[in-house]
Order: sequence, then structure tokens, then C-alpha cells
Amino acid sequence: MAKEIIKRTKLEIAKSPEGLEGPGFFATKLEDVVGLARKNSLWPLPFATSCCGIEFMATMASHYDLGRFGSERLSFSPRQADMLMVMGTIAKKMGPTLRQVYEQMAEPRWVLSVGACASTGGIFDTYSVLQGIDKIIPVDVYVPGCPPRPEQILEGVLKIQEMAQNESFRRRESEEYKKMLNSYGIE
Amino acid sequence: MELLEIVNTKLKENFADAIESAEQLYDYPVFTVNKDKIHDILKFLKEDETLNFHFLTDLCGMQTADEKQLGVIYHLHNMPKNYRIRLKTFFDINKPEVATATDLWPAANWMERETYDFFGVKFKGHPNLKRILNVDEMDIFPLRKEYPLEDQGRTDKNDSMFGR
Repeated sequence: MAKEIIKRTKLEIAKSPEGLEGPGFFATKLEDVVGLARKNSLWPLPFATSCCGIEFMATMASHYDLGRFGSERLSFSPRQADMLMVMGTIAKKMGPTLRQVYEQMAEPRWVLSVGACASTGGIFDTYSVLQGIDKIIPVDVYVPGCPPRPEQILEGVLKIQEMAQNESFRRRESEEYKKMLNSYGIE
Repeated sequence: MELLEIVNTKLKENFADAIESAEQLYDYPVFTVNKDKIHDILKFLKEDETLNFHFLTDLCGMQTADEKQLGVIYHLHNMPKNYRIRLKTFFDINKPEVATATDLWPAANWMERETYDFFGVKFKGHPNLKRILNVDEMDIFPLRKEYPLEDQGRTDKNDSMFGR
């Protein structure tokens, strides 16, 4: 009798979008398929400047493993990244660099602001520190904490996944979106 | 104490009028000197054969408690003999000008830029006196007491929340 060596595990795969199903075909909206693909392969660009970056390292490592959510591959080039993760205190002198990194990212792009410093300046209410990155670039999701635990960072990424999945095709072309970018001085 | 005597005697011989005080603070001989003579004194301390303070450990700025004067402080070191002294010089906050030490120690270049950045001290003769740590657009000298420490662009704080 052959011994069963491999333990059976329950594998969860991404749910397919709503659609019309029949023998040999499946019809759905292109938007939903693209949303599904985008959601499960977000390439993060880590912009880690201080202790929140250490928490991010834990998030990427085997115990918490951001790879489980399709973000295994970090992109250290902004041109290939989908999600900018800003982790840590951003000094005013760092501001233009962060802004340039954001501008070099291709649409669609999302920004995750991790931790108190990136979101509001945190305890560093001082002349040299940017009081929140939303003063210079638009932010999609804020993760509170000082520093936040890896679970919280994962939660933030999941929120961005949700946005990526449900985003309309035309959102990035819309007047509102352009107006929003213009308010940050980005053409 | 010994070192204080040695340096004081030498300085008194050459710059009798410019030495405002000489004292021993813990292990450190500290001299307060006239700002117009600071460059000559530094040059002398560096080039004198017995003293030979060939190393500039630190150079920084300060503001006096009455907010009327700025100062520059030099830490000098003679490594072979392990002599260390501190030199202070003060001047009016409305005319913060002092001679540069970059011609004596190239290390003074960035330290003087930092002092300019934070206190607005103008070092005459400095080859490239511009901000080094803060953003170029900054129009204040943040470590002067007349300027607030907190970022002024912040709108979500009010005094009732912070007990001020």
C-alpha cells in the first residue's frame, strides 16, 4: 500500500470575478480581470528611511511574508513599481527626492504611508521635518503606529489591493484625478 | 592646570589685549578671546612649535542666554602631546561676522557652513558659505532663540490640545 507522503493542504486561490459561465467559456468585464491581475501582483517600492523600515523588513521576511499577497517582488526602480511604500521620517531635504520618485512611477500608482512620521510628521514637530508626506504627494492609505506592527502594514497593503481591484478603468483619466494631481503641482 | 598656564603665558606674551578670560573648566582649559584677533590667535596656536595645535576637533556656534550675542567655539587638539583646549569668541547678534579658519584647517569648511546654517554666522573669507544641512529655501536660522522650534506649516495642532 502506497504511503501518502504529501499532506493535503487546502489551497486558496484568488476568486474569479462575477461573470457568465458555461461549458468551455467564461465571460466577464475586462475591468474586473485587469483589477484581479493588478490586485495580486502589486510591486512595492520601499522608501524606508527609519524604524518603520525595520518593521517592513519583518513584513517581507518569512514569518509575515508579504509574498503571500503577491508582492514578493520589490521594485527598486520607480518606473516598474505600482505601490510606493513610504516608511519613516521624511526630512524636508528628502522631500524633493521623494517627489521625484513618485513622479517617475508609471500610472496606475498607489501610495502607502506607513507610520506616524510619514503620515503626519509624528513626534518630529520641528523645522527640519516634513509634516506628513501628503504635503507633497497624494496618499492612498495611511497606516498609523509608531512604528506599526507588520500585521498593520499587511492590512494597509490589503486596503491598497482592494482599491486596485475595484478601481475604474477611467479613474486615472478623469478630470477629478487630474485636478487632484494639479493641486500637488504635478501635471 | 599645567596646560592652562603654558597656553595662557604664551597667549599673554603675544596677544595681551585680546585675551578676555582664561579658566579651567573640569579638564579643559577655556579661553575667551576678542573676535577681531581670533584668526591671528588660531594661526599662532597652530604654528607655535611647542603648542602645535594642528587638529581642529570641532567648531560650532552658540547664542548667549540674553539673546544679544552669538559665539563661535573652537576645540583644538595637539595629538603628540595630547593637549586639548577650547576657544570662545563672542560678537553682537546684529553683526555676526568672524574670520574664517578654512585657510588653517580645511576641516573648518563644513563646520563653518553648519554654523552659518543654524546661527547665521558669516565667516569672512569662507570659499563656499551656503547652507549644508537644511533646505536651501529656508529663510531662518533655526537654532537662534528668536525662531520657533516647531514647524509653522502645521494646521492640526492647537494650544488647548497640548496644554500650552
